[in-house]
Amino acid sequence: MDHLTRLENKSIYIIREAYYQFKEIAMLWSVGKDSTTLLWLCRKAFFGHIPFPIIHIDTGYKFPEMYQFRDERAKEWNLNLLIGKNEEKLKEGMGPNQGSKLDCCNELKTNALKMVIKKLNLKAILLGIRRDEHGIRAKERYFSPRDSQFKWDYENQPAELWDQYQSTVEEEEHFRIHPLLHFTEFDIWDYVKREKLPIVPLYFSKNGKRFRSIGCVTCCSPIDSEAKNIEEIVEEIRISKTSERSGRAQDKENIYTMQKLRALGYM
Amino acid sequence: MGEEERALPIVIVGHVDHGKSTLIGRLLYDTDCLPADKYSEIQKSSEMLGRIVEFAFVMDCLEEERSRGITIDTTQTFFKTSKRRYVIIDAPGHKEFLKNMITGSSQAEAALLIIDSFEGVRDQTKRHAYILGMLGLKQVCVLLNKIDLVNYSQDKFLELKAEITDFLNKLNVHPNFILPISAIHGDNVANPSKKISWFDGPTVLQALDTFKELKVEEKPLRLPIQDSYTIDGKKILVGRIEAGHVRKGESVYLLPGRKKVEVKNIEKFLENDVAIANFEESIGIRLKGRHRVKRGQILTADLTSTITNRIKANIFWMDPMGYRTGDALLFRCVTQEAPCRIEKIYRRFDPASMEFTEENASSIRSAEVADILIRLDEKVVVDPFNEIPEMGRFVLEKDGRPVAGGIIL
Repeated sequence: MDHLTRLENKSIYIIREAYYQFKEIAMLWSVGKDSTTLLWLCRKAFFGHIPFPIIHIDTGYKFPEMYQFRDERAKEWNLNLLIGKNEEKLKEGMGPNQGSKLDCCNELKTNALKMVIKKLNLKAILLGIRRDEHGIRAKERYFSPRDSQFKWDYENQPAELWDQYQSTVEEEEHFRIHPLLHFTEFDIWDYVKREKLPIVPLYFSKNGKRFRSIGCVTCCSPIDSEAKNIEEIVEEIRISKTSERSGRAQDKENIYTMQKLRALGYM
Repeated sequence: MGEEERALPIVIVGHVDHGKSTLIGRLLYDTDCLPADKYSEIQKSSEMLGRIVEFAFVMDCLEEERSRGITIDTTQTFFKTSKRRYVIIDAPGHKEFLKNMITGSSQAEAALLIIDSFEGVRDQTKRHAYILGMLGLKQVCVLLNKIDLVNYSQDKFLELKAEITDFLNKLNVHPNFILPISAIHGDNVANPSKKISWFDGPTVLQALDTFKELKVEEKPLRLPIQDSYTIDGKKILVGRIEAGHVRKGESVYLLPGRKKVEVKNIEKFLENDVAIANFEESIGIRLKGRHRVKRGQILTADLTSTITNRIKANIFWMDPMGYRTGDALLFRCVTQEAPCRIEKIYRRFDPASMEFTEENASSIRSAEVADILIRLDEKVVVDPFNEIPEMGRFVLEKDGRPVAGGIIL
């Protein structure tokens, strides 16, 4: 079995395990390359009929290309797409230039997610995070419990061995499930290439610039790149010497911002 | 290097402060696998704490880990040599984080056991070595770190080497290499060092490159049923092949009932006419005829598995709360689950202080290991760990939390 097939089969096993353990489950789709890969793996796991909702947490600050891609795929793949938005804070004018970026991420992403989880009474959500993205994410489990305050008790995570995942939830608790944890950025692109997956065009170079990681228009900067298609991106990542999230503002404000965001329930 | 080749997972274990995280930081830096912006982040964080560049911060990135200078949780990172890719699993060295060490080690195919040359073998060295032996890790390299602290002395190295070989052999761990290194100075990690010119063995990287991916041996089919879906009116059983392979049209057994069934179709999304599925594949199966099939049943090629409600096993207790006679537990092995009790504790002991052993015990303490007899409420299907590891290892849960891991004898 080749490398990508092995990664794929492990992810499918975890997705099916999550669905067996939790019927009140949904997948978070940021429309980026990772969660689009996760969405594709969910389609494989359920033979094209995903039995749970796909949630897009919309900060209102996403790129127009992302909204277009989202709506096209939702139609093509017959997804049960739900949009989560922190309407109240958006009305109050919350944005990355009002106060700190940490507050903005916390309100428009984390709290918007909290509202959706509460509204749908979700016991588990599937997320496309990977270990190689950030040191904090490298410490994650496949099944990661969050308490009623959405806190991640990273000092006391459950043991996880031989694909036996803790799945008992207390009232008001939920699980974050991470089927892509073992993929690297390179693996994702290599897999996108192999599976011929559609991807938001922002990842492709235009006028010498492209986005390596996408989120909100306000907090993402493009990198210098001539990679105009998937093959060229795969080659670029293979020799890259900088890390993927170097263009993401929220990681930079303070070196422990990511840890703080995640402890508060950020993805 | 073929990109299709998979990354070899390696765990780094050993006593607290013997240099596990530092070694990983050094490996990444010397193999040019540390992104420039990550290096400057570590530099900045080290300066804030008033220290020289701490390679350990590559792995220890929680604020508490850096300020306290310890590893709390297991972490994974990736790096590559000219030969192949590796997944490096860092495991914490404190007793209280033993469950995190086991979580990390359970995913590895080879191990680096690191020992401080100045301090020698300590409690977690013993516990970790014991667990490596129990998990059946056959590819082990021992690193005698901080060789600079014993003045790069060959005599000290040979003395320690003899002591460690003797101790590991008692645990049935047979290291492939025992190497002198200094992770902090980079001696004999990626590059040979003039300071130990008396040493003619490999560097850490050369040793790693000799490790092999575990061969997939041809074994009889074991396909535990994970779930059952109805797609477009068709009933599809799903599961992952834990041993062997399955072919379309093949006759197999459905355990524990020993019923003969025929595989009508192997189902994969967007693939037609799948003739065969192999070890580690997550697939769908349609059976010929109507059968009541549920999660936890196992499709097998033969009747060599044991179907039983009493299991003799070796366990290690990971939870901070120990075990007391009568505690209700849940047994989990592949997709099988059954309530159980420990009927007999033949022997319990602490791998860190092997002198102490209690026979016919009534409790097991945290971080101890034990030989036990389990009594299950229902029959389960298992194989000896040495024959089919996937069907011969299990987790015990208490109140929904994993508290122990075990292997079936």
